[in-house]
Amino acid sequence: MYKVKVYVVLKESVVDPQGSAAAKALQTGAFPEVKDVRIGKMIELNIQKSDKNIEEVVHQICTDLLVNTVIEDYSFEIEEVEAK
Amino acid sequence: MRFAVITFPGTSGETDTVDAIQHELGEEAELVSHKNTQLEDYDAIVLAGGASYGDAVRPGAIAKMQPVMEAVKKAAENGKIILGVGNGFQILVEAGILPGALLQNESLKFVCKHVDLKVSNNDTIFTTYFEKEEKISIPIAHGKGNYDCDDTTLQQLKKNNQIVLTYMSENPNGSKENIAGIINEQGNVLGLMPHPERAVDKIFGSKDGLRLFQSIVRNWRNQNATN
Repeated sequence: MYKVKVYVVLKESVVDPQGSAAAKALQTGAFPEVKDVRIGKMIELNIQKSDKNIEEVVHQICTDLLVNTVIEDYSFEIEEVEAK
Repeated sequence: MRFAVITFPGTSGETDTVDAIQHELGEEAELVSHKNTQLEDYDAIVLAGGASYGDAVRPGAIAKMQPVMEAVKKAAENGKIILGVGNGFQILVEAGILPGALLQNESLKFVCKHVDLKVSNNDTIFTTYFEKEEKISIPIAHGKGNYDCDDTTLQQLKKNNQIVLTYMSENPNGSKENIAGIINEQGNVLGLMPHPERAVDKIFGSKDGLRLFQSIVRNWRNQNATN
């Protein structure tokens, strides 16, 4: 079994209004040192071993559904774990 | 003329759309499930608004993987008339049938109101009943209608006159170049965030949306008369 963590973030060129709102709240509050905030998401998947290459499978899952590559970038970590 | 109105779980604009087509436009409209794989019997396809799959992952992301979308893609390539409204527009960009993406509104708010639009291109099968640069009023209702694309795509959109509708007076969502609706290069697929099916009678406060549907019918009739 593989435990996969996918990280999705908006591309640097894309404005992130949620991040800007969070940054403003922090800066005007107790954290004036915060320069900027970008909000993304982390997705966990458990994937059973098969004869397919796991990296290719994850890339395919990302481009098919989890990530819109027009506006988002992604990276992932794969960890091999004992099947429960 | 026979319209297919595609529905996914979570679509909510289908009844308004069917009603506008049948009662205000006087044409045929039929609901078509996301599981359907045959669209050949229809003259035009409408992807209705709403929140397919509760906007999970991203609006339109799960809808684009459904069986009907293969048929929609094929129909788009074959030149069939396709209209994507609101979530329908989001599905078309997710599916790569139209370029760019729709981001969260700059204000982070869901915006629901009538907006002023400019008909930037009236030389399309969807807009012949409008004057060039005409100011029209059609309602919007969305939280993620902020159109974005890279500079290369934007240049192409401008060069090919693919920007059909733009926001006037104010930009309600922060979209690039005030974009409210774009057409594909071939000219048969239009995606827009405003809801023309909700502006088809005086009681809606505007009938401007009806002219979009009337343009479709007139151009479809002309095309099929010459063939």
